Amino acid sequence: MPGFDFSNHNRNAALHAQGVPLPKATSTGTTIVGCIFDGGVVIAADTRATSGPIVADKNCEKLHYIAPQIWCAGAGTAADTEFTTALISSNLELHSLSTGRKPRVVTVMTMLKQHLFRYQGYIGAYLVVAGVDPTGVGLFTVHAHGSTDKLPYVTMGSGSLAAMAVFETQWKQKLTREEAIKLTSDAIQAGIFNDLGSGSNVDVCVITKDMTTMMRNYIKPNQREQKQKSYKFPRGTTAVLNEKIITKEEISKYVTVQELSSDDDVVVVEKMDIDQ
Amino acid sequence: MNHLPQAWGRPRDDIYGHYDPSHLQTAGPNAHTQQPIVTGTSVLAVKFKDGIVIAADNLASYGSLARFTHVHRLRPFNDRALVGFGGDISDMQYLDRLLNSLDVNENYGSPGHVLNAQNLHTYLSKVMYKRRSDMNPLWNSMLVVGLDGDDKPFLSSVDLLGTTFSSPTLATGFGGHLAQPLLRKLADDESQVKDVTREKAVAAVQECMKVLFYRDARSLDSYSIAVITKEGGVELKEDEQLEGQSWAFADTIRGYGTQVN
Amino acid sequence: MASSLIADPTSSSHNLYSFSPSDQTASDIRQHSFYPYTDNGGSTLGITGNDFAILAGDTRSTSGYSINSRYAPKVYRIGGEDETGEGAHIVLSLVGYAADGTALQERLNTVVKMYKYQHGKRMTVKACAQRLATILYSKRFFPYYVQAILAGLDEDGRGALYSYDPVGSYEREQCRAAGAAASLIMPFLDNQVNFKNQYMPGSGEGHDLHAKQAEPLPRQEVERLVKDAFTSATERHIEVGDGLQMLIVTAKGVEETFYPLKRD
Repeated sequence: MPGFDFSNHNRNAALHAQGVPLPKATSTGTTIVGCIFDGGVVIAADTRATSGPIVADKNCEKLHYIAPQIWCAGAGTAADTEFTTALISSNLELHSLSTGRKPRVVTVMTMLKQHLFRYQGYIGAYLVVAGVDPTGVGLFTVHAHGSTDKLPYVTMGSGSLAAMAVFETQWKQKLTREEAIKLTSDAIQAGIFNDLGSGSNVDVCVITKDMTTMMRNYIKPNQREQKQKSYKFPRGTTAVLNEKIITKEEISKYVTVQELSSDDDVVVVEKMDIDQ
Repeated sequence: MNHLPQAWGRPRDDIYGHYDPSHLQTAGPNAHTQQPIVTGTSVLAVKFKDGIVIAADNLASYGSLARFTHVHRLRPFNDRALVGFGGDISDMQYLDRLLNSLDVNENYGSPGHVLNAQNLHTYLSKVMYKRRSDMNPLWNSMLVVGLDGDDKPFLSSVDLLGTTFSSPTLATGFGGHLAQPLLRKLADDESQVKDVTREKAVAAVQECMKVLFYRDARSLDSYSIAVITKEGGVELKEDEQLEGQSWAFADTIRGYGTQVN
Repeated sequence: MASSLIADPTSSSHNLYSFSPSDQTASDIRQHSFYPYTDNGGSTLGITGNDFAILAGDTRSTSGYSINSRYAPKVYRIGGEDETGEGAHIVLSLVGYAADGTALQERLNTVVKMYKYQHGKRMTVKACAQRLATILYSKRFFPYYVQAILAGLDEDGRGALYSYDPVGSYEREQCRAAGAAASLIMPFLDNQVNFKNQYMPGSGEGHDLHAKQAEPLPRQEVERLVKDAFTSATERHIEVGDGLQMLIVTAKGVEETFYPLKRD
C-alpha cells in the first residue's frame, strides 16, 4: 500500500487526549514572493527556518527545484514543502518523459493542488509555483487546502503582508528583469525586518525562456559580527573519567581501514561555516 | 394579590406563563465586555522633524458589514494632543466623553496649565490598565499623538491590556502588518526623524491608507488625517478621499488556474 | 533563580491573543473570553562583580510575529529623579508582560523614594529586594506576569543581584538570565561565569581533576560576555534583537550603554 502510514494514529490520538503534546515540526515561518516581468518570472525567499520561537536554521533553502525551468518557493511545514515538491518533481519528470514534451507550469500547479486537496490541509505546504514553458510565463500560489491563485505578483508565508505592502506600492506593469529582481528582493527584505518568522538572507531565482538563474544568498543583510571573546578552551578542560584505546588491528575486524599517506590527501567531505 | 413579595410587579404566571428569571440577573457573573461589537480598523501615525501625522479611515464595521461610513476616529483633545482610536466604537465614545470631562476639569481646576500629549498618554494608559486588571476591558488600541512637555513631537500607543510602547512610526491593527513595514522605511530609528519632512510624512501615510484599502477587508476609502505641529496646532481633515488608486493588474488576470481567456 | 511555583499563565490555548475565538460554550454562564495577559518577548540578564553589578536587556517589544517597537527599554533605574532617573542606586529589569512590568516598576520606584523621604536615607538593596518579593506575592492569585532581576551594591559595596519568579520567590545570585532566551543564555553563563563543567588542565587524573574555581570577573570581561550572550541569543531567538541596553551600577552611580543588535 503506497502513501502514508497511519498505523500510529489511534495510539497518538490516545496520547494526545491524555495531554501529551504533538512533536514540534520545523516550520519555515517565511516570506516568499513571486513576480512576473517582461520575458520571465522571479521568485524569492528569506532563509530562516523556525521551531516555535527558536531559529532552527539560519540559512535554509526555500526555493525548490521542480524542473529546469520551473521552480517552487515553499512556506509552512518544512518537511511537507520538501517532500511535496520532490514528489511532484519526480512525477513531472516521468510525465515529461512519457509525453516527450517539456513540462508546463499549469501541470505542476494542477498536480500540486490535487495532491494537497486530497490531504485536506494536513499536508502543510504553502507554495509559490513559477516557471516558463512553451505556452509562456506562469506564476501561481497553491495553499495547503488545495486552492490556487494566478496573479502577476504574489506573496506567501507569515511575512506575506509586509511583502505585499511593498508590491502594492512599487509594482507596475511591464517590469524589466532588473526591476523585478529589485522589487522581489525588497519585498523579501520587508519580511525579514518586520516579520519575526522571517530573517537572514535573500534567495532569488530568475527564470526566462532561455535559462534559469539561481541566486543563492543574493543579498546578505544580516551578517553576524565578530564575537567579543574567543571561546577556545585549553586542552584538558574537560574531565576524562576513563580512557580506552582501540587499536587499528582491533577495529579492522569490523571495518576496512585505509591508510592516508599525507595531510594533502585528506579530503574535506563537507565544510561547515561554524567558527571559521 | 399574591402574598409573595418576589412576585409583586411581575407578569402573572397563569396568564403569561413562567417568567424567565435569568433576566433579573439574580445570580451568575456580571457581564463585562467579552468582545468588540462595532469596530474601527487601523490607525497610522508618523513622526516628522517638527510634528506628527496621523490617519484613520471613517468606517465603523459591524462584523463584516460596513455599517457606519462617517465615523470620525481621530478625536482632538486640545490644540496639542489628539487620540486615534481603533477597536470598539462604543468604548471609543465612552473614552472620548471621559477625556472631554478631564479637559473641562483641568481647565477649571488649573487655568493656564494644559495637559500635553505625554500627560494624556499616561492618563489613558492608567485607565486602560485599571480596566484590564478589573477584567472589564475597554476594547481599543489607540495612538496618542501631539507635543510633549518640551514641544517635541510625541507618539505612543495604548491597548486594551494596558500595554504601551512608542516608536517613530506606529500602526494599530491590520496596519501593524501592512503599513508599519512601509512606514519604517521612512524612519526606523529616532535619529532618522530629523530627515523626515511634513510632505514626506503625509505622502507616506496616504500611500499606506491606500495599501490598507486594497488589502484590509474592514477598511474604507474615505479617511481622516491630522497634522500636529507647534506652529499650526491640530490641523484635522475628516473627509478625505483616497487618490490615485491603481487596479492595473486586474485586467491581465484570467481565472485562478488553467483558464486562458 | 527561584523555581516557578505556578503554571505559566500564558501557556496552552491563550498564547498570542488577548481572546480566544473558541471559548463560547453552550452552558448558561458564559466564560470570560478576555485573557488579561500577553507576552512581549525579549530577554534580560544580570551579572555581578566585586564592585559593580550589570543589568542588561534587549530593547525589542513583540506581539506574536510582529515587532511593536525596536526601542522599548525593560531595564529601569529605581529611586532616582522622576524623568531622568538621576541619582538612582538600584536597577531593575522586568521581562514578560510589559504593562505589568511598567506598573510594577512604578510601584517599586515609589516605595524606594518614599523610604528616602520618610527615613532620610537610601533603602538598601537587600531591603528593596525583600520589598519587591512582598509586592509580587501580594498579587499571588492575579500575578504580575514578569520575571524580575534586581541589582545594586550591598552594604559592603559588592555587587548584589536578586532574581524572582512571578509570584515573589527570590534569591541572591552571581548571575541570572531571564525572559524568552533565558534557556539559551543561562547555560552559557553557568559555563563562563561560574565555570561549570570546566576543570583545571593537568590538575589530576579522572575524578581527581580539580574544577575551575569561580571568582568575580572584571567589569570589561563581564561587558564582553553580556554582548556575546545577546548577539548569540539574537541569532537563535526570534523575539530577541534590535538593541542592547546595559545599566552598570558602581559606587559612582548608574552608567548606561547602548549597543545595536541585528534587526531581523
